[in-house]
Amino acid sequence: MTTLTPITTAERPDLTIRARGSRLDAAFRGLALAAGLVVLAVLALIAYSTVDAALPALRAAGLEFVTSDRWAPNAPDGPHLGALAFVYGTAVVSSIALVLAVPVSIGIALFATEIAPRRLRRWITTAVDLLAAIPSVVYGLWGIAVLAPNVTGVYRWAHRTFGDLPVVGALVGPATSGRSFMTAGIVLAIMIVPIITSITREVFVTVPRGEKEAALALGATRWEMIRGAVLPHSFGGMVGATMLGLGRAMGETIAVALVIGSRPQIVADLFATGDAMPAVIVNQFGESSGTFRSALIALGVLLFVLTIVVNVLARVIVDRVQVRFRGAA
Amino acid sequence: MRKTKTAWLSLLLVLGLIAAACGDDDSAEANDDGTDTTAAVDDGGSDSLSGTLEGSGASFPDAFYQAAIVAYEEVAPGVTVIYNAVGSGQGKSDFADGLTAWAGTDSLVKEDEGLDPDEFLYIPTVAAPITVSYNLSGVDELQLSPDTLGAIFNGDITSWDDEAIAADNPDVELPSTAITLAVRADGSGTTSNFTKYLEKATGTWTLGSGDTIEWPSNAQAGQRNTGVAQIIQDTDGAIGYVDLADAEALGLTYAAIGNQEGEFVVPTLEGTTAALDGAEIADDLTYDPLDAAGAEAYPIAAPTYVLVRTSYEDQATADLVIDWITFLLTDAQDLAEDERYAPLPDSLRDRALAQLDQITVG
Repeated sequence: MTTLTPITTAERPDLTIRARGSRLDAAFRGLALAAGLVVLAVLALIAYSTVDAALPALRAAGLEFVTSDRWAPNAPDGPHLGALAFVYGTAVVSSIALVLAVPVSIGIALFATEIAPRRLRRWITTAVDLLAAIPSVVYGLWGIAVLAPNVTGVYRWAHRTFGDLPVVGALVGPATSGRSFMTAGIVLAIMIVPIITSITREVFVTVPRGEKEAALALGATRWEMIRGAVLPHSFGGMVGATMLGLGRAMGETIAVALVIGSRPQIVADLFATGDAMPAVIVNQFGESSGTFRSALIALGVLLFVLTIVVNVLARVIVDRVQVRFRGAA
Repeated sequence: MRKTKTAWLSLLLVLGLIAAACGDDDSAEANDDGTDTTAAVDDGGSDSLSGTLEGSGASFPDAFYQAAIVAYEEVAPGVTVIYNAVGSGQGKSDFADGLTAWAGTDSLVKEDEGLDPDEFLYIPTVAAPITVSYNLSGVDELQLSPDTLGAIFNGDITSWDDEAIAADNPDVELPSTAITLAVRADGSGTTSNFTKYLEKATGTWTLGSGDTIEWPSNAQAGQRNTGVAQIIQDTDGAIGYVDLADAEALGLTYAAIGNQEGEFVVPTLEGTTAALDGAEIADDLTYDPLDAAGAEAYPIAAPTYVLVRTSYEDQATADLVIDWITFLLTDAQDLAEDERYAPLPDSLRDRALAQLDQITVG
């Protein structure tokens, strides 16, 4: 056995720091764990209290809640609490928003990462991010005061031009007012462009330079390079961005409430007035009470469940497709 | 890069300063909250009271309550009265949960709203006429009997040159414009009162009554009174129900409605007070001014109430409530007309003041 000479802190000051550091490490881990648990606790509490408050309505309405489109809490023949028309409205306006916003967003992101001159890129990014800073009520007011009155003419033109075609004709009815599924979808599309753009842009930036240069070196044009190298690499991120946009569109409340027209109905006509889940909650909650109020909370629970389903589906799609792309590569 | 960063930082700084400035006001209010009802009870004059009195509820009387709150600050500088127009349903729920000392409501308390009938008192404060406003080019004067009105809003009459409308207006040339109904998108006490009137006074209305109605397909919904008024203003052939203040603000034309005596009456504050005079008042001071008796009475008038507790935990809060509600029923009644609400007739007002004597402590 050799004798160990004790090391003094004067010789190795870094050791004491490490010792203190490990205590800090533990404390930090505890804090981070607590923060993580808080999220779960809040989620669980929200789920519990909303389901609890929704139960009276679900008991009263039974299956009718998800199978009927008749929402008439004060009907002379007793209350009817069917939420299907709101689910339909939310699905329609979110779909319109995605169809309009996704191509534009991907286009902006590609332009900003691959095509635009360096100077312009920053300006584009800033302008798109500014769109995200506009409060949703401002979008709603713009929708009702500017978009709705001006777009009615376009709707009527579409009805005159395409109204007689099969299938498409059913989608373009005679527009009575600017308040419609379509108007709500357009406003939502503008609102979700920033989030989809900024995430897809981040994803495009992560495409390895080597892959892009390899494609170009093989004689690919810029478009072929984007199609062959950038898009496959970014597919998962693009779906993720789209899903975040969809989540925002499904949950958007006040802007939709202002422009959708507030009539619960299931019709193919995109120019007809409709209603959506968050919109009906914000419109009717203040004056509601009893079973009616409980039904509005049940709508909130249903929206929550649908959002989870959509997100899980998105996860599944991303996993599948990524496997396919890797297989192809 | 550096330049943009600086620009962004300065923008953030400006926003931060604005937020801080706004925040200051909030924290001042929060401090007032904290002092809560430490009232001096020595002599009972308004100026000797202090504390905070929080209330919430119906948006319909909000303009009147806010004007009254401003006026009350003059006579009782130590008291802060707060009223949040969150809707009758939410107001009743806040009140039942003990979050507020008083509540505003357009509708009566129902069994499932968590309040026992002996826990609270109704105090009527003001009333207001609901106009039936319309936009029909070339028609400046319109009379509608209750049955015609019911059939229009039921969706049975869809064109302005319908026989029933023509019969009510023999001297008016009616165009064949299609009727567009302008209705409320949000749940509303105004919708509730209007449909209760249709249910009570007409034989043609079949869609029931309440805050939310399943309207016929020629209806368009707008947010609040202003939204409905806007639809009427923008749409030729539109007809809708709007409170008097918003109808006047947009310069809408409104119809004269046939009352119980068969007289066609235009909505005025005097006609509303007359309707209150002709209404039967229940022992708990709830009353129904819809389709009231009297040749002068405008038949579609909406009442609104304040809820107070029969018993408050401490004398200080009880004194504040009594003083504030007394102010609403006396000096503030003069403000009502400026805000386009009808003051209570003296008989009803005296009964409302007497109701306050029932408030106890303990």
